[in-house]
Amino acid sequence: MSNTVILAAGEKINPLVPHTAELIVGAIAFTLLFLVLRSRVVPMFEKAFAARTEAIQGGMERAEKAQLEAQRALVQYNEQLSKAREEAQTLREEARAQGSAIVEELRAKAQEEAARITAAAHASIEAERQQAVTSLRNEVGTLAVELASKIVGEALEDQARQSRIVDRFLDDLENSKSK
Amino acid sequence: MRSSVFLSAEGEGFVPPSSNDFELPPIFGDNPFTTKPIFLVFLSVILVSVFFILSSRKAAIVPSKFQFAGESIYAFVRNDLARDVIGHEFMRFVPYLFTLFTFILTNNIFGIVPFLQFPTMSRVSFPYVLAITVYLVFHYVGIRKQGAWKYFKEIMFMPGVPKAAYILITPLELLTFLLVRPLTLSLRLFANMFAGHLLLLVFILGGEHLLQGVIGLKLISPFAFFIGIVLTFFEFMVQCLQAYIFTLLAALYIAGALADEH
Repeated sequence: MSNTVILAAGEKINPLVPHTAELIVGAIAFTLLFLVLRSRVVPMFEKAFAARTEAIQGGMERAEKAQLEAQRALVQYNEQLSKAREEAQTLREEARAQGSAIVEELRAKAQEEAARITAAAHASIEAERQQAVTSLRNEVGTLAVELASKIVGEALEDQARQSRIVDRFLDDLENSKSK
Repeated sequence: MRSSVFLSAEGEGFVPPSSNDFELPPIFGDNPFTTKPIFLVFLSVILVSVFFILSSRKAAIVPSKFQFAGESIYAFVRNDLARDVIGHEFMRFVPYLFTLFTFILTNNIFGIVPFLQFPTMSRVSFPYVLAITVYLVFHYVGIRKQGAWKYFKEIMFMPGVPKAAYILITPLELLTFLLVRPLTLSLRLFANMFAGHLLLLVFILGGEHLLQGVIGLKLISPFAFFIGIVLTFFEFMVQCLQAYIFTLLAALYIAGALADEH
């Protein structure tokens, strides 16, 4: 072995001249390694990278979704709150309107009652007056008739007689009244 | 083995390491497929495959330390080299660039791994093979993307250049694309590994030789070893850097071929 080396030491070998065997082996070895790395290693690492990116992105997406949901809930709550306020407002207004309506109704009723009472009073007064007129007319009639018969029955010659008659009439009237 | 070379050559004093030290004889008879570099290349394929298959097997969302180690290297090539350089079409080239980077890195680092201690890429054949693949890939990509005519027209007649300048630029551009790029790519890697290994040989074999000399030389020997160790760390940096540069340039060439105008 050392023999060859010593032999070789005599002449200088140009290091830039390639060896056929090494060229072949280099090409085969490189191709082999390339095929192995391409088929077995690169896809696996890429898978890991993709999974990692996915995991990070998935987490971010989840967080985003949660935030969105929270926001939506907030909006919903606010909406509900304002709706409730509105409802309270309408209720209050309704109550007020109803109250004033009741008052109005009561007033109308009271007025009507008053009117009715007044009308009844008017009617009874009218009736009484009518009754009084009727009875007065009857009495006046009888009195007139009585007076006329008395006048016709006795001759009214003088003042004295006349006054006596009137006095007597009035006395009679009085008497009849007290009867 | 190298020390045995030395011992046999000792009679004539110190023989400085030369390019001949990279010509390792076949281990089994005369079969040229059984040299150390060839075994190392296959070893690198096995090591890289096993390491990445095991670390990527689970592909868990929360990685184990082992998976994280493999993943970091993959992510470095994928994101910092492929994606940042090539752009949106980068995913097609990730397996190729990933293989390129891990293959070169492992074979470079073999240069300082105890007992292996031989950077495979200091054998020029391997950088040649890799440069040829880069060459084929980026021209293929360019032709696929822009059509052969347009692709070569843009290489030869760069748009936005005065007509007269084509006399100078066209041959230069052609030379760059067809010859200089693959050649510099492979020679840069080869020369770095070759020179680095030679440097280590000089200091470590030199230190060993000094140890066999007279007492004064024996005392100097530790310094040689110390520098050898420092250079080993330096080599580690160079080995990583060269793997990175090779892959980066491959990505740049691909990006250039994909771009509509260079």
